[in-house]
Amino acid sequence: MAAPYDLKDDSVVVIIGSGAGGGTLGNELAQKGIDVVILEAGARHEYDDFINDEWDSFGQLAWVDKRTTSGDWRVAKDFPNLPAWIVKSVGGSTTHWAGASLRFQDHEFEALTHYGKVKGANLLDWPITLAELEPYYAKAEDKMGVTRTNNIEGLPGNNNFKVLKAGADKLGYKECNTGHMAINSAERDDRMSCQQTGFCFQGCKWGAKWSTLYTEIPKGEKTGKLEVRPNSMVQKIEHDKSGKVTGVLYVDKDGKQQLQKARIVAVAGNSIESPRLLLNSASSMFPDGLGNSSGQVGRNYMRHTTGSVYAVFEKPVHMYRGTTMAGIIRDEAKHDPSRGFVGGYEMETLSLGIPFLAAFLDPGAWGRSFTSALDQYVNMAGMWIVGEDMPQEDNRITLHKDEKDKYGLPIANVNFSDHPNDKAMRDHAYKQGQDLYKAVGAVRTFPTPPYPSTHNLGTNRMSEKAKDGVVNKNGQSHDIKNLFIADGSQFTTGGAENPTLTIVSLAIRQADYIAQEMAAKTI
Amino acid sequence: MVTIFNRKPDRDESGPSGKGISRRDLLKSGGSASLGAILIISGSSIIHPKFAWGLETTNLDPQTMATLIQMARDVYPHDQVPDRFYAIAVKPYDAKAGEDPKTKKLVVDGVADLDKRAGKGGYLGLGWEEDRLAILRKIEDTPFFQTIRGGLVTGLYNQKDLWPIFGYEGESFSKGGYIARGFSDIEWL
Ligand SMILES: Cc1cc2nc3c(=O)[nH]c(=O)nc-3n(C[C@H](O)[C@H](O)[C@H](O)COP(=O)(O)OP(=O)(O)OC[C@H]3O[C@@H](n4cnc5c(N)ncnc54)[C@H](O)[C@@H]3O)c2cc1C
Ligand code: SF4
Repeated sequence: MAAPYDLKDDSVVVIIGSGAGGGTLGNELAQKGIDVVILEAGARHEYDDFINDEWDSFGQLAWVDKRTTSGDWRVAKDFPNLPAWIVKSVGGSTTHWAGASLRFQDHEFEALTHYGKVKGANLLDWPITLAELEPYYAKAEDKMGVTRTNNIEGLPGNNNFKVLKAGADKLGYKECNTGHMAINSAERDDRMSCQQTGFCFQGCKWGAKWSTLYTEIPKGEKTGKLEVRPNSMVQKIEHDKSGKVTGVLYVDKDGKQQLQKARIVAVAGNSIESPRLLLNSASSMFPDGLGNSSGQVGRNYMRHTTGSVYAVFEKPVHMYRGTTMAGIIRDEAKHDPSRGFVGGYEMETLSLGIPFLAAFLDPGAWGRSFTSALDQYVNMAGMWIVGEDMPQEDNRITLHKDEKDKYGLPIANVNFSDHPNDKAMRDHAYKQGQDLYKAVGAVRTFPTPPYPSTHNLGTNRMSEKAKDGVVNKNGQSHDIKNLFIADGSQFTTGGAENPTLTIVSLAIRQADYIAQEMAAKTI
Repeated sequence: MVTIFNRKPDRDESGPSGKGISRRDLLKSGGSASLGAILIISGSSIIHPKFAWGLETTNLDPQTMATLIQMARDVYPHDQVPDRFYAIAVKPYDAKAGEDPKTKKLVVDGVADLDKRAGKGGYLGLGWEEDRLAILRKIEDTPFFQTIRGGLVTGLYNQKDLWPIFGYEGESFSKGGYIARGFSDIEWL
């Protein structure tokens, strides 16, 4: 068969979501000749439609359907209905993302073994190792055109990076460069090189930054084996009496409910919507939700230990010029418990424009202490901290008791509280970040609280044993053979690294597994 | 409808201008007050005689609007930012007051409370910022304060015309990005 596919065609693989996980899996399967339908809740905006304006772009791409929050994290107070800053659009959050593409470190796949039991944390080793994933990391880096791999040159450093680098040198940090970025430093894969526009978070209008929107998806479509249906919000996954999934109910672009039959269903709606969908698919056979015999669906929600440090200097920096994430320091990414916490963190440059800085620098603050910081905008440099946070059972996605979306399904509540390890790590990073900038003459520094989560992980985690998690090492449900999870919700633990390269590597690996099992007719 | 309208600046502050109402007219018509001796309030308008803009109100009385403008500046003070931007930031409350009685009450009561706390002469009569801040600190947890403050985060800082004042250059795609426009021009390090 060739795309487009019939609703009654029960030979297709249905993928829910077209972001890093779903978009990649879709293309990989299509390349192998497997029929794929991707259902994507958001609209399709091509890259020339992107907008160089923070709030307008947010309005165009971000997921703004209502969610609620609870727990002691500050986001619950400052942005009670916006726990996460992620995307609802073809391409998913790979439209918004900055492009930092790092491999996990060896020990991070075995967090429990290396960190030991941490009180209050639900640590577990991944059922796969770095060695097993390495060949797929290599494929992903090639696919995404990651700088400093495959003989691709690093990006040139912008002003924000130069400040970071000067500070890193002063502090004696050794591993500081312009990063491993899925951004073209020269033309590659029919996409042009980075023009240093400075709106990476708003979608790259040049197509220099990798996104499934204009790489995986059109490549898959070209095979005739992939159909992407935008504006298609999946509500429920259906199953038969044997417990196998048979299709999905979704609301189409005209607001009509449809049933798409499927041989296999792969869920890739990011770590809030994916567990919400499994929970909303509860039935008499699976009263706690699909794939939830372990009770772990929605639990162990991780968002990385984050924070930012901004600093004001006497002279201009113009941090907003050029790539948003223009460089990295990796010296603190190691596991060194002498610092007072397990795991490590990365320091990466970041910049926001005036509209977002006003919203995120110190949410809720007012008066001259706040405004005098913005007055120094031109003289500001900034970095983002991203470190491993602890999985905790009660940090979780649940269905709201009363509130429903416009189709009548319960919305998601995101409950999150920092673990003491998260706090210790953040405080350490704030100090290092501020010291770094002071070492190059900062006159004022700002330990800025976490933004709504851009990295959302862990809510359908991989585990060796069925009782500890939701999926096995191939992202396949422990309970239902033809149900897969293809996004960051599979992560057993978060590592210190930005997650997308790992999500893409897992999706490539999963495609191999699905093809193999389909051929063997086990699914 | 509230409009921020441009008018020709008065040559001298009190003289009649080509368009709009002169300060003398306003004074004659009575009931006028001034905000920091800069904004003139009368009838349904607030007028900035020097910098050539005015604001007409429909649902809120202009005195209330003028107080909101001052409050906006006190919450997010930038001395280099002209009043016009603060006026644009709070003007939607006039329209909202027309559509939603709850909003109207929130704003009207909130401003009345500011005036009451300020005593004779009201909030606008307090000459020192510090005196006005003392009042704002007392009400900072109220829905009125939080609504106004929250609205300003986008209402003020998302005005494109404001960005150059902070040195933020905004959209850059049409100019070819910064690859040839100083993305790595730092010299002082
Ligand atoms: C501003 C920003 C910067 C970032 N920078 C980096 C970075 O530098 N490096 C990095 O590694 N990561 C970065 N990330 C994170 C990265 O974007 C995500 O980790 C990654 O895209 C997640 O992939 P995913 O497949 O899990 O979900 P997504 O890419 O978010 O895709 C999920 C898709 O599923 C759709 N969907 C959800 N529910 C349904 C449903 N029920 N029916 C149909 N469709 C549905 C959504 O609309 C969405 O399009 C950044 C994110 C943001 C927001
Ligand atoms: S800085 Fe480079 S990657 Fe970022 S949006 Fe601009 S061209 Fe794209």
